[in-house]
Amino acid sequence: MKRYIALIAVLGLVLAACATDGGDGAESGVSCEKENLTLVQEGVLTIGTDDPVFDPWMIDNDPSNGQGFESAVAYAVAEELGFTAEEVEWVVVPFNNSYAPGEKDFDFDINQISITPERDEVVDFSDGYYNANQALLGFADSEIASVTTLEELRAFRLGAQVGTTSLDFINDVIQPETEPLVYDTNADAKAAFDAGQLDGLVLDLPTAFYVSDVEIEGSAVIAQFPTGGETGEQFGMLFEEGNPLRDCVNEALANIDLAAIQQEWLSDGVDAPVIALD
Amino acid sequence: MTEAEAPRHSPGISPGRARRLAFQRAQRRRSLSIGAISTIVVFGTVALVVVNSPGWEAVKESFFSWEDFKASFPEILSGFATNVRIFLIAEVLILFVALVLAVIRNSRSPLLTPLRLGATAYVDVIRGIPTIILLYLFGFGIPALRLQGVPNSQEFWAITTLVVSYSAYVTEVYRAGIESVHESQRAAARSLGLTSGQSMRFVVLPQAVRRVIPPLLNDFVALQKDSALVALLGVQEAFRKAQIYVAETFNFTAYLAAALLFLLLTIPLARFTDYLIRRQQQRTGGIRS
Repeated sequence: MKRYIALIAVLGLVLAACATDGGDGAESGVSCEKENLTLVQEGVLTIGTDDPVFDPWMIDNDPSNGQGFESAVAYAVAEELGFTAEEVEWVVVPFNNSYAPGEKDFDFDINQISITPERDEVVDFSDGYYNANQALLGFADSEIASVTTLEELRAFRLGAQVGTTSLDFINDVIQPETEPLVYDTNADAKAAFDAGQLDGLVLDLPTAFYVSDVEIEGSAVIAQFPTGGETGEQFGMLFEEGNPLRDCVNEALANIDLAAIQQEWLSDGVDAPVIALD
Repeated sequence: MTEAEAPRHSPGISPGRARRLAFQRAQRRRSLSIGAISTIVVFGTVALVVVNSPGWEAVKESFFSWEDFKASFPEILSGFATNVRIFLIAEVLILFVALVLAVIRNSRSPLLTPLRLGATAYVDVIRGIPTIILLYLFGFGIPALRLQGVPNSQEFWAITTLVVSYSAYVTEVYRAGIESVHESQRAAARSLGLTSGQSMRFVVLPQAVRRVIPPLLNDFVALQKDSALVALLGVQEAFRKAQIYVAETFNFTAYLAAALLFLLLTIPLARFTDYLIRRQQQRTGGIRS
């Protein structure tokens, strides 16, 4: 029996090795002419994002209207690559599906995904298109509103969405005394915050501004943390590992005026006090 | 299977019986080897197909990575302690609440009609709503009312939801048990001078509960697994801990580690349930072996 299993295993490995060898023929010297791009659908740029999507990244839960920062960036990249707006197709990709093994049904995924070395081993990322500062959302009339240092913040009950660098930030940098609350989605986290189940929510800065301005009455951006910047946290577009399209998208990103798009869609955040990192 | 291996040529056995025994032995050997071969062929084929699929290397790396298993396990184990706490507290409350509801549903006093109606409505409504939706309604809805004196802890609402949801199912299990006790038992108890309440308490319930212990354990297994749902409310239990690890590394092995922890509890419980069912069947003369 044991020998049989071993035999199967060896056979499987040999076959698997044969099967995977065929894949990577075309490489290097990538031409970014539209007709030379490797796409999941001929002649169409297929972009993935979650559903629902939120302001200010996309507006009215509609990625295809070109409004909102990420939608605008996606269409700018598409245009650079030679696609008209009609040649862009959106598919729904929940964050947790974006990195599942297997064939991707999108050319790239844009969904405020932070670039980390661990993730980069499994998928490929474009260059960063946004430098993300983390921010703390709290009720303006609550105790947490008076916090000015990381040390003071440790006493509060904080929360974030699972799988976000906001959660990593709570765990690794703030290191609160009580275990943070972790939610499936930002929507759940906001509901819990609104219900008074936690003192503060950690979000990326633009989302925090949107929530405090529009979504949850009485809430305010208590502080921002300078986690972004050239060496800090950045959002990138997610590609299947080894997808040659990545280089072309990087080229496109270098050619478009990201600062102007950011100016148009994202609050500049100057009115949120900065809490320095230790 | 192995009982009564008769000695081959013992003098007390008639030739006819010896032939029969030999034939039975041959039959057993035959079915054993057929069973073994078909098992190997079926599982071997499945293994071959999986291992030779084009994505196997990627799947192996992202679902069966020993490094990631080791790295994620301690955190998941600490989260699992939360699951155990939640389902143990919930189970005790469920067994109690459901018993009360079942007794109410089976009560006969006309005075209790409103209670009976209420219990029936409760079971009908709650059993029809998915637990996950109840969890959202209770966990986010009630605290949002900001009522004075209403607890705000996530674990409190997680346990409350599980108790509310599972009590509806378990009430029906108890009720089936109560109704399975023959009417003559109750009649006999009443004729001995016990009140209606006393005959329920001392005659019907002891028999009813014993009969439904296997299905109760079955619901307990389901509850253990559903304790992972409370992650929705922000509680960091085993599944959530695994999910955090997965999102950090984009490697799915941590889910396997969490599944293993649940299995370690549910499989022994399932075997124990089977054992109880077998014992009960023997006792009540259903099956002799």
